[in-house]
Amino acid sequence: MNALRQTSPWAVAGKYLALALYVAFALFPLYWLAKIAVTPDKLIFSEGTALVPSRFTFENFQTVLLQTDFVAYFRNSLIVSLGTAAITTMIAAAAGYAFSRFDFRGKRLIIALMLITQMFPLLMIIAPIYKIVATLGLLNSLTSLIIVYTAFNIPFATFLMQSFFDGIPKDLEEAGMIDGCTRFEALRKIVLPLTLPGLGATLGFIFTAAWSELLFALMLINSNDAMTFPVGLLTFVSKFSVDWGQMMAAGVLALVPSCLFFIFIQRYLVQGLTTGAVKG
Amino acid sequence: MARIELNNIAKSYGSVEVLRDVNLTIEDGEFIVLVGPSGCGKSTLLRMIAGLEPITGGEFQVDGRRMNEVPPRDRDMAMVFQSYALYPHMDVARNMGFSLEIRKAQKEERSRKIADAARTLGLSSLTERLPRALSGGQRQRVAMGRAIVRDPSAFLFDEPLSNLDAALRVEMRLEIARLHQRLNATMIYVTHDQVEALTLADRIVVLNAGDIQQVGTPLDLYERPSNKFVAQFIGSPTMNILGIDQAENGVKLKDGTLLKVGSEQERRRAHELGVRPEHLDVVAEDAAHMKGVAELVEHLGSDTNIHANVPGVGPVLVRQHGHYPLRAGEAVNIAVDLEKSHLFGVEGQRL
Ligand SMILES: Nc1ncnc2c1ncn2[C@@H]1O[C@H](COP(=O)(O)OP(=O)(O)OP(=O)(O)O)[C@@H](O)[C@H]1O
Ligand SMILES: [Mg+2]
Repeated sequence: MNALRQTSPWAVAGKYLALALYVAFALFPLYWLAKIAVTPDKLIFSEGTALVPSRFTFENFQTVLLQTDFVAYFRNSLIVSLGTAAITTMIAAAAGYAFSRFDFRGKRLIIALMLITQMFPLLMIIAPIYKIVATLGLLNSLTSLIIVYTAFNIPFATFLMQSFFDGIPKDLEEAGMIDGCTRFEALRKIVLPLTLPGLGATLGFIFTAAWSELLFALMLINSNDAMTFPVGLLTFVSKFSVDWGQMMAAGVLALVPSCLFFIFIQRYLVQGLTTGAVKG
Repeated sequence: MARIELNNIAKSYGSVEVLRDVNLTIEDGEFIVLVGPSGCGKSTLLRMIAGLEPITGGEFQVDGRRMNEVPPRDRDMAMVFQSYALYPHMDVARNMGFSLEIRKAQKEERSRKIADAARTLGLSSLTERLPRALSGGQRQRVAMGRAIVRDPSAFLFDEPLSNLDAALRVEMRLEIARLHQRLNATMIYVTHDQVEALTLADRIVVLNAGDIQQVGTPLDLYERPSNKFVAQFIGSPTMNILGIDQAENGVKLKDGTLLKVGSEQERRRAHELGVRPEHLDVVAEDAAHMKGVAELVEHLGSDTNIHANVPGVGPVLVRQHGHYPLRAGEAVNIAVDLEKSHLFGVEGQRL
């Protein structure tokens, strides 16, 4: 027993070294983003490759927040992402539950269709989507983005939710129904609390996807006041120069809601909520 | 309290017929055990009674009222699942009181009933734990507790003890027997384990491949099995089935030995002879019906199981009470208790 547990200090050191390398590799771009954001404009090119700038400044943040439309982009993105995440997750949860628990006619067909939609490169359908949105008179509106994002994210979100529902034993709902619940009550009082990790993961996934989506936003939005953040970011690229410092400052700010969102949902992401339900 | 009637109950999934023509009346307060091999439809039958599985044929009545379409919550039955199915996000007390919570029972009544059930089941000190922090046996008790706080008209158990170790199983079996005596409620209990079936049941229902083979008291099934299937399913170790030929005033074993059993009319249709291992005896050479060689001898302390091979007849299992000093390879002389042997016809029916 002990012999198995006792690992050599070298193995432990090696493990931590590998982890440290991985973390450094994964976080380096973020560090670089933050670094450039706080580097004064004059120094960006002169000491471009130094790991730590010789002087710090928050000027870029100030400019971005006060002198550009960044706040508006940010608000637009927030509306679109939250809207998309909420609507998609709601629909996906309902569909995922149905796929997981019921047998109905056309189930396989619907699943097949949903899989097929995931196979097309987005570029192929941009033009028809543009046409549809234009006909509906929804160009330059946040609504159009929410609708399009929702449509594109539902299949994956549904499969994700279905797998979470599949992980909850059917016995639990049946026990609930025998204890006096209607199917809906059993869903609300027993299944839903156990699916919170799944809902959290789905919300987070969709939120992030919508938050960073560029292609459709670029196509469907032209007016400045409906621009989402990724499109807005491109305004820092002018014909003659790129405003690196401001762009990076905006990037750092854009990370904030994603981080907040994940901090908020992370307690629902903690797995293992169903342990103890069943044995064997 | 409930008298449960199953009239020509059938179940099929699409074209797959799982249960056929099940007729059974369960008296108020009776303890019925459903047994049968894996996949014979025990769980399905129980789930149809609970309302979890639609009934595709026949009529299901409780106290004379048709219940086929009544949803589970209105059937007033409690069920203990094989998997226990405890709500993982609720503590023990809330798990047990959930049905009362749903039925909007008064808070004091709820706590009183939960405390009562917890005391009965020895769970009083665990009421604030979550299921994941309980042992298998404790989870099993919580599942039982959830059923008894409700005071339902019938209890349904689907192999409630199959996940427990042997000692705990015996203990919980006694617990269930005590519970039945105390509550005197109708209970329907599914199990593979024939010891559970024989010790708990007022009547046992033997199912095979979707058909009821026999319904009777444990002793009925042991002494008067209606066919070869029941004869081999009930009793441990399994009954010996020996091939026979018909003869003038008895039946002949395949090695030619004449056994005087059965009436002439029975003998005419006899195809096989069934003898339980405990109805075979090791005797002196001149009193023997069969002479064989012990191939394996199991000393269990209370009993000795002798696996013998009789030339011409085949393998025969003999059970001797107590310790019997015999070793593998030695010769055994076996006598058949003719009074307690059974004749089976070609279709396996008992004659
Ligand atoms: N959804 C289904 N579709 C088709 N056949 C099914 C379905 N559910 C169960 N069956 C079949 O019904 C039969 C009875 O199943 P059931 O679960 O009642 O068996 P059981 O007697 O409880 O077995 P065990 O002792 O292994 O629990 C099995 O042969 C099974 O394959
Ligand atoms: Mg079963």
